[in-house]
Amino acid sequence: MSGIPHDHYEPKSNGAKWLHRRLPVVGLIYDTLMIPTPKNLNWMWIWGIVLAFCLVMQIVTGIILVMHYTPHVDLAFASVEHIMRNVNGGWAIRYIHMNGASLFFIAVYLHIFRGLYYGSYKAPREVTWIIGMLIYLMMMGTAFMGYVLPWGQMSFWGATVITGLFGAIPFIGDAIQTWLLGGPAVDNATLNRFLSLHYLLPFVIAGLVVVHIWAFHHTGNNNPTGVEVRRTSRKEADADTLPFWPYFVIKDVFALAVVLVGFFAVVGFMPNFLGHPDNYIEANALATPAHIVPEWYFLPFYAILRAFDSEVWVVIAANWLTGGIVDAKFFGVIAMFGAIAVMAIVPWLDTSSVRSGRYRPMFKWWFALLVVDFMVLMWVGARPAEGIYPYIALIGSAYWFAYFLVILPLLGIFEKPLPQPATIEEDFKEHYGKSGSDGDKAATPAE
Amino acid sequence: MFRKLALTALTAVALAGSPALAAGEGGHVENIRFSFDGPFGTFDQNQLQRGLQVYTEVCAACHGLRYVPIRTLSDEDGPGIPPDQVRAYIEQNFIEVWDEDLRDYRAATPEDNFPENTAAGAPDLSMMAKARLGFHGPWGTGLNSLVNGIGGPEYIAALLSGYNGHDEEMAGTFLYGNDVFPGGLISMAPPLWEDGVEYNDGTTASIEQQAEDVAAFLMWAAEPQMMARKRMGFTAVILLILLSTLLYLTNKRLWAPVKRAAKES
Repeated sequence: MSGIPHDHYEPKSNGAKWLHRRLPVVGLIYDTLMIPTPKNLNWMWIWGIVLAFCLVMQIVTGIILVMHYTPHVDLAFASVEHIMRNVNGGWAIRYIHMNGASLFFIAVYLHIFRGLYYGSYKAPREVTWIIGMLIYLMMMGTAFMGYVLPWGQMSFWGATVITGLFGAIPFIGDAIQTWLLGGPAVDNATLNRFLSLHYLLPFVIAGLVVVHIWAFHHTGNNNPTGVEVRRTSRKEADADTLPFWPYFVIKDVFALAVVLVGFFAVVGFMPNFLGHPDNYIEANALATPAHIVPEWYFLPFYAILRAFDSEVWVVIAANWLTGGIVDAKFFGVIAMFGAIAVMAIVPWLDTSSVRSGRYRPMFKWWFALLVVDFMVLMWVGARPAEGIYPYIALIGSAYWFAYFLVILPLLGIFEKPLPQPATIEEDFKEHYGKSGSDGDKAATPAE
Repeated sequence: MFRKLALTALTAVALAGSPALAAGEGGHVENIRFSFDGPFGTFDQNQLQRGLQVYTEVCAACHGLRYVPIRTLSDEDGPGIPPDQVRAYIEQNFIEVWDEDLRDYRAATPEDNFPENTAAGAPDLSMMAKARLGFHGPWGTGLNSLVNGIGGPEYIAALLSGYNGHDEEMAGTFLYGNDVFPGGLISMAPPLWEDGVEYNDGTTASIEQQAEDVAAFLMWAAEPQMMARKRMGFTAVILLILLSTLLYLTNKRLWAPVKRAAKES
C-alpha cells in the first residue's frame, strides 16, 4: 500500500499460496503490520492506539449495557440503576463506559493538537485530516446521544438545548428540530432514536477509522520533523524507518498501559468526578436545572456558541445585513459549527512551506496560545453567562477564529523558519547520538 | 514544549470536567472525615446501621428510597444486617410496597426495593448523595473535589445541621432558614433533634452525629458497590503498573540496538 519501499508478504506453504492467489488477506495484514514507520516518532504519536482501544472498549461495554437497558422514558432511569445495583459487575461496565467517553475525548484532543502542531494535516495528508475531522464530529454526535440515554436531568435538558440549536436555523429550523426529536419536545421518540443512532454510529466510526488508517498508510506517517521518509531506495527508506511491528506496537501498548493506569484510577476511585450530579436525578420536563452544562468535552464549543450574544457588533451587523434572518442564536450556531469547520479546512489555510512546528519560531507561540485558548474556552463554557464570563468567551472565540483564518495564512508569509534536518535518520542520530541518554529532551532544544 | 502543553491540557480537563463548576451555589460545606473517604476507605457498618435507624425513624416519614433493594441491607460491604434481621426490620416498620399485580399494597419482602414516598412531595433519597455537590472551590473550579470527593454526604450532613432559625412565610408557604440550602430557605422543617433517636450502640445522638450517620447511610444507598469498585480500581491499577513496567523493559530492550546504532554511526 505504501509508497515507501519495504518487503511484502511471500506465501511459503502450498496452503498459503492457494489462499494468497484467491484472497491476499494475509498479505494485507502483513503489509499493514510491517508498514515502515518513521523511527523518530515521539510520545505524542501514541494517541492513535489509545483511540482505537477506546473505540473497541466503548463498543464492547456498550453492547453489554444495551442488554440490560430499557429505552423508555418511564423505565430508562430505573434500568440504569438496575444495571448499577442488580446486574453482576454492571456498575463496573457502566462506569467504564461512562468514563471511557472522557478518555476517548482526552485522547482525540491530544491527537488533534498533535496534528496541528506537527503539521500532520499538510499535503499530502489532507484526506487523512478530513476523515479524522469526520470521525471527531461523529464521536461528538455519539457521545451527545449516549449522554441522553440515562434519562437524568442533564440528559433531558442537554438534549433540549442542543436540538434547540437546529431550531435556530431560519425558516426550516422548527421543522428540522421536530423531525430530529420525533415530536414537539424531547420525549420517548427522541430517546428511542437516540439509542438506535448511538448504537449505529460507532460502527460507522469504525469504518471511517479503517479509511483514516488506509489514508496515512498510503502517504506514510508524518513525524516530529515533518521531513518525509526517503523513498528513492530501499536502503535510504530503511535508514529512516522501522517496521510498525514490533517497534511501535510495543511502544504504543506500553503507553496505552500507562494511560490505563490513570483511567482505572478514575473509574475505581472517582468515577463521578467528570459527570454531572444532576444526572442522578430523573429527567423532569417541569424542573429546569439552575445551569444546563454539557459534558466537559463539548465546553469549548459551547462557550463559542454562547459567546455571540445580541450585543456583539458582528452579530448586530449580521442581523442588519440579512434583514433580521441571522439572529444571535443562529449566529452562535454558525460560530460553533464554524469553529470546527475552520479546523477541518486548516490544510488550505496554513500557507507555510514548513510542516513541523518545531522549526517555526513564531508559529510555536501562536500555537501555544491556541492551546491555552482552548482550555480557557473549556473553563468559561462551564461558567454561567453573566458578569465577566461572556467577555472572556468572546475574546477566546475571536482568537480561535483568528488563529485559523488570519494568523496561519499570514505566518507562512512573515515567518522565517529554522533549518530543518535533511533526513529523519539525521534527526534520530542527533537525538540519540550526542546526548547519549535515552529519550533525553535536551538533545532537541527546538522542542 | 508539547509535553508541557499536554500536561497543562490534562490539568484543564480535570479542571473543566469537575462537576462543581456547574452546580448551583449553596452555603459553605465543611469536609467531614468519613470512614469511606479515599482509595482505601470503607463504610463503617455501625455508622450505616445508625444511619438506617435515622432514615427509618425520621426521613422515611416523607422521603423514599425507591431504587434501593431492601436485601442489600445484608451486603457485607454495606450495613451487613443478617437476612433474618432484615425481615424483622420490614415487619417492625410495617414496610409496604405497591404490587402492580394485586393492585394493592402488600408487606414488602427483602427482594423488593424500599417504597417510594411522594406524599409530601419530598425528593427520593436513593441517589441524593451523588446528586449533590459539597465542594465548588477554589475559584469555582471544583478542583478540591479531587482531594475531598464530590461532597454529597458532606452536603447532606451540613444541610441537616444547618438550620439557622431565620424562617420566613412566603405566599402562604412556611420556609425554614438554612445556611447550606441554595437560596437560604428550605421547605423541609428541621428534621433532627438532640436525642431524637435512641442509638442501640450507646452513641450520643447529637444533631451532628445523626446528620453524619444518615449522610453516610445515604452515601451507601447511592453507591452500594463503592467497596467493590475501590477493590477493582486497586487491582486494576496494580496489575496495569506491573504490565507497564514489563512493557517498558520490553520496549527499552527492543529499541536498544536501534539507539546504539544511531549513537555509534
